[in-house]
Amino acid sequence: MSTTTEARPGERREQAELARKCFYYMALMREVEDRIERKLYRQGKIVGGVYVGRGQEAISVGSALVAEEGDVLCPSHRDMGAFLIRGVPAWRILAQYMGRVDGLTRGRDGNMHMGDLKLNIIAIISALAATVPVAAGAALALRYQGKKNVALSYFGEGSTSLGHWHEGLNFASVQKLPVVFLCNNNQYAYSTPAEAQMACANVADRGPAYNMPAEIVDGNDALAVYEATRRAAAHARGGNGPYLLECKTFRMTGHSAHDAAHYVPQHLWDEWGKQDPIERLEARMLAEEWSAAEEIEAERARVRREVDEAVERAERSPLPDASTLLEGVYENQ
Amino acid sequence: MPTTYLEAIREGLWEEMERDPGVFLLGEDIGVYGGAFKVTAGFYEHFGEKRVVDTPISEAAIVGAAIGASLMGLRPVAEMQFADFITCAFDQIVNFAAKCRYRWGAAVPIVVRAPSGGGVHGGPFHSQNPEMWFVRTPGLKVVAPATAYDAKGLMKAAIRDNDPVIFFEHKGLYRRIKENLPEGDYAVPIGKARIAREGRDLSIVTYGAMVWTALEAAERLAEEGASVEVVDLRTLLPLDRETICASVRKTSKVLLLHEDTRTGGMAGELAASITESVFEDLDGPIVRVTAPDTPVPYSPPLEEAFLPNAAKVIEKARWLWKY
Repeated sequence: MSTTTEARPGERREQAELARKCFYYMALMREVEDRIERKLYRQGKIVGGVYVGRGQEAISVGSALVAEEGDVLCPSHRDMGAFLIRGVPAWRILAQYMGRVDGLTRGRDGNMHMGDLKLNIIAIISALAATVPVAAGAALALRYQGKKNVALSYFGEGSTSLGHWHEGLNFASVQKLPVVFLCNNNQYAYSTPAEAQMACANVADRGPAYNMPAEIVDGNDALAVYEATRRAAAHARGGNGPYLLECKTFRMTGHSAHDAAHYVPQHLWDEWGKQDPIERLEARMLAEEWSAAEEIEAERARVRREVDEAVERAERSPLPDASTLLEGVYENQ
Repeated sequence: MPTTYLEAIREGLWEEMERDPGVFLLGEDIGVYGGAFKVTAGFYEHFGEKRVVDTPISEAAIVGAAIGASLMGLRPVAEMQFADFITCAFDQIVNFAAKCRYRWGAAVPIVVRAPSGGGVHGGPFHSQNPEMWFVRTPGLKVVAPATAYDAKGLMKAAIRDNDPVIFFEHKGLYRRIKENLPEGDYAVPIGKARIAREGRDLSIVTYGAMVWTALEAAERLAEEGASVEVVDLRTLLPLDRETICASVRKTSKVLLLHEDTRTGGMAGELAASITESVFEDLDGPIVRVTAPDTPVPYSPPLEEAFLPNAAKVIEKARWLWKY
């Protein structure tokens, strides 16, 4: 009995610390994306597409916190949390959005279309399912090199209609590759609701066809996403093959900043508005006494300050010089 | 002992796999079976299943996985069983592989092998020459060797290259041509054409299996007194415009030849490039000999009518020579 009571405070500390980390990164992602969508885009400082993950922050944050140093992340366009956790500073993300030279693509691409191999982040392309077989190939390389690492492959439910998605899952399963497939089922792909996207009720229903374990996860509960990803990654790391997680959530925004999403019935906004992942975690932190209300408020203030500074720094980053247009198509060009 | 074009590709692959443990192969039926054309026969037994990966029928996964593995530092060589099936992997090649470096500075050192070309009664889906889909995609390199020497040397260069390379190997050449290859390691630089035959009166610019057609035509025209130069492009992207223009400056007449269909074929780009650079040196119109704008037909009389051959080249070249 005594060992149990002694272990409990340690576990509790760990849980509290994990919750605080999740809270910080979700709040940071929300704040950066709010600035992007509601300020910089409207000010004309962001000229291209804006695709935010409002309402689904728990998925990229809860999962990316599981990733170990050598693990490979293939985040999708609403997964900013994964970049922040991996060490991409907010100001460089903002610079990327504004087409500045300090964006990860130096103005060659916009929004979350970016990667950094030093951080083991692979950049998506707009045909989002294309990254799924690429993630499988990254996992193949990890095994080939004798590493005990996994690839995390992110996508939405819309991607699961494409052939590349199925080819990627099939290949990974046949080859027993260490991949965690992470679906954010936010119920809309642009204006198309999930029931017009697929005839099965859940993306997870597709797992058994590939002989792949599949779970449905509460995608608005960062700690649940963390736990599920930990299970899935342990399975993949252990050489047991890939694992499919379907995180149920809701896209609390249009497809992009120009889309008011009139096609979404009001009751869905209302219902899912009560499931906000940041507010839910805050309530849990207070209920479990992991943090005090004033600590949480201080954290929010810190995030706002950080993002103020990040915006300022990103705006100081220059636009690329047109003379660089031809550079970097090939290695020696 | 002369080496066939097919054996030259095998040697290039084999020696690179011996040299660099990061080089591996993936594709359909390439391992236990040894490949549809037996290019990789014996590789599985020697290098094992880790380095010779038999895949599902899944071109997008084959190329996608090759891209992912290359981003992690490996050097995958992906085989399309027939170049015709490369369409299934189109997005991976033109949108993923080709744009990584420009967008985010990531090298994608993959080779996609594409057995292409007609004359083998393969019909519409086992005979095509789809090189131009890739030649107009910045970020890719595209090679199409005509000789055993170049097939081996370009394979080595492609595997060592830090950009994605589409390697068109003509099926009709696999066992038809052979030559003695040098002992030891060599690579043929990507982006360099070669003069396959020297001449003064007229240049034929071509690539792949059509190099042999051009050489046959040149030989016969020589009997009539015409001195024909044959330029073998070897690499289609990036184009060696200097060698092409130098040949045109020398002969002042140019015939462009390819097995691919006409509209949007390589000849169009070559003609524009020649006109832009050496228009003043031309003493006659730029002439094209290509396949017509149809799918590749199956039945022998139709396929024969479809494919360019020496007789068609001679007729046009003779006209241009006398112009």
